[in-house]
Amino acid sequence: MGYRTVAIDFDVGLRNLDLVMGCERRVVYDLINVIRGEATLRQAAIKDKRLENLFILPASQTRDKDALTRAGVESVIDGLKKAGFEYIICDSPAGIEHGAHMAMYFADHAIVVTNAEVSSVRDSDRILGLLDAKTHRAEMGMDPVKTHLLLTRYSPARVTKGEMLSYKDVIDLLGIEFMGAIPESPLVLQSSNAGVPVIFDPTNEAAQAYLDVVHRFLGEDRPQRFLEAPKRGFFQRMFGTTNETSFAAVG
Amino acid sequence: MAWLDYFRRPVSGAASANVAKNRLSIIVAREGRSRSQLNYLPQLRQELLQVLAKYEKIDLDQVSVNVESQGGCDVLELNVILSEPGSVRRRGESSRHSPFFSEAPQESSRW
Repeated sequence: MGYRTVAIDFDVGLRNLDLVMGCERRVVYDLINVIRGEATLRQAAIKDKRLENLFILPASQTRDKDALTRAGVESVIDGLKKAGFEYIICDSPAGIEHGAHMAMYFADHAIVVTNAEVSSVRDSDRILGLLDAKTHRAEMGMDPVKTHLLLTRYSPARVTKGEMLSYKDVIDLLGIEFMGAIPESPLVLQSSNAGVPVIFDPTNEAAQAYLDVVHRFLGEDRPQRFLEAPKRGFFQRMFGTTNETSFAAVG
Repeated sequence: MAWLDYFRRPVSGAASANVAKNRLSIIVAREGRSRSQLNYLPQLRQELLQVLAKYEKIDLDQVSVNVESQGGCDVLELNVILSEPGSVRRRGESSRHSPFFSEAPQESSRW
């Protein structure tokens, strides 16, 4: 999209955004170093080799989590804004612990990523509660953090069979704006194996779904795709190994 | 043997998505309500207790504040159980309009 963007990994202790992005060997300084003044933002931010305007700020792997202070996070975010970043993505750890609080605290938008599984949906509901109450916007009485729902590992075929909650069910339960569903795809695992985000393979359905989501987030009106199972012919039903079985092998 | 599945009717356990939805709708509805507007309930309960403590000896467990939906409107229900055994149960109710405020969908603004 060309926006100057930085992704901050807030999962202190379990650093992994750099692994997924394939830049783990270039990590020298991390978020905690910056907060403690041991390194500058410029030193710590790793420039992505594939995209001109994308930077990654890795989490620390060894230090204790209390080093992640609210004032520290605020100074980092202010510094990034001053450095001209248009989008600052805070990658929150799962759960409702300190790291997640810090990741959400200064947010304007929150993308709640969940799969259609009971525990994930319930946890998402908890996180939505925190987003309404425990953020800078909530505490200052400003407009609430704008929440968006992103469903991952969605399998329309299993929804049709009644084995998986449908996207409509999840929307009903959580009651927030739906951004899209990412179809279950074996390529997602392969991508993280290789350290190349799946979105770089435009032939893949999951990548196309992610791209759609990005466009929708930027305000473009894109029709939903990948929500219905493709129709299977008679012979496919009799003998076919469909995508579905290969998904099961991954899932 | 995919072709055998064709003749097999879906077994009852297969439609588990409905079970999931029902289970979640019970949990999420309860938690979701507390999310929408009534975050002040625990504090209200605490402050009420402080006021009541001036006049009566009351345990925190003896004060309950609940919101229930009855038809179109929500009812704020307050139960205070006085500490003396067999004493009267006072009950005050106040109703108010639906707590849901409509919010115009905002454009995802860039910043």
